[in-house]
Amino acid sequence: MSATLPVTLTVNGETLTRLVEPRETLADLLRRDLGLTGTHTGCEMGVCGACLVMLDGLPVHACLTFAVQAAGTEIATVEGLTESTVIADLQRAFHERNALQCGFCTPGMLIAAQGLLARLPLPSRAEIRDALSGNYCRCTGYEAIVDAIETVARRRAAGETAPAFAEEPA
Amino acid sequence: MKARAFDYARPASVAEALAAFAEADGDASYIAGGQSLVPALALRLQAPAWLIDIGHIAELRGIAVEAGWLRLGALTRHVDAHDHPLIAAHAPLLALAAPHVAHPAIRNRGTLGGSVALADPASEFPAMMLAMGAEMEIAGPEGIRRVPADAFFLDLYQTALEPGELLVALHIPVARPEHRCAFDEIARRRGDYALAGCGIILAMSGGVVEEARIALLSVGPTPLRAHAAEAALTGAALDADAIRHAQAALMDDLDPPDAPEVPAAMRCHLARVLLGRLLAQIAEAA
Repeated sequence: MSATLPVTLTVNGETLTRLVEPRETLADLLRRDLGLTGTHTGCEMGVCGACLVMLDGLPVHACLTFAVQAAGTEIATVEGLTESTVIADLQRAFHERNALQCGFCTPGMLIAAQGLLARLPLPSRAEIRDALSGNYCRCTGYEAIVDAIETVARRRAAGETAPAFAEEPA
Repeated sequence: MKARAFDYARPASVAEALAAFAEADGDASYIAGGQSLVPALALRLQAPAWLIDIGHIAELRGIAVEAGWLRLGALTRHVDAHDHPLIAAHAPLLALAAPHVAHPAIRNRGTLGGSVALADPASEFPAMMLAMGAEMEIAGPEGIRRVPADAFFLDLYQTALEPGELLVALHIPVARPEHRCAFDEIARRRGDYALAGCGIILAMSGGVVEEARIALLSVGPTPLRAHAAEAALTGAALDADAIRHAQAALMDDLDPPDAPEVPAAMRCHLARVLLGRLLAQIAEAA
């Protein structure tokens, strides 16, 4: 086994150092070492998009980055983006539109959507679909997800700020 | 889906990277964006003893124009090909091809140097290096050398890079005002490997093609220059007849593999259709 190495990076605003094996992916560091299991690991080969995180502000696959490579970077996971409420409107729209069933793909979808709207504030439906081309949903299908993202794009363009998502009372 | 254990080095310079490779006795891979290498490691198609991370080498970054050439550091990311104003101005063909490369998250991390060094015949950027007449700047133990794209792609995943050599930068002749370019590909789903793709640069003068450069992807073991189609166009007025002649000539350029899911005749047909569409697009815009 190869020697472990220290890696220092910022995750959801907190700078931390962990010892990692070089072969450990960023996804494994987040999930196993930091308990941030909102980053899902599906295919672990860059196909399904469930593991997307923001790396220095851009969506990347946490399964296609070794943790050691992420030294010095700023990572935001779905937990961090939830806490800072920057994706609260996306989460609310996904909820309203039933844009998830099992939810496995949802963290990746949210981060892909956030990345898209940062680049292109008012995308067409075709552009939304294109932006989601690397994110697999195997149950709901994409129609509702595209609807939700389109809705949020319009709300943001109109300057609406959605209240933070909160669970419905039982 | 986990990579075999490996040791990790993070050199701060090209010289250190070359030394790290030599020290590993060749049992090493350079890693930059890792968007093709990490899946290959996860699937254990590759299992080097060492990974040498070149992602932090400042010399490998930078986009600049110098004396008629656009120099792209090997670490230039796919997303820069989308967005960077110097690339849009001086290598518009790259900007046209970029949205077709994989998916957005891959483009945020994948590097142009990595894509060209891997030389996947289905990749967009290697073929565009051929179309643009790019030159690869390569660092090795003997120093720096430059290899033109036409001599760089040798066979399936085989390039002029010798083991341990490092692709440092891509040099692209800046687009001239008389250049017209077009790119498209046919894939079953956006972001999938293309069944065929084509990039074209025509130097036009009064509706006549003075020079043509045409490169295709996904039609053989390497990205391919379509010399016969180029010759058919050169000197011709870009009209429907010329386009038909170029399409016919293209068949002499192609000898794609025959696979059950994509027969050779189908690839030839798709390439022919693409070439026709792109030439018509340039003719219409003229």
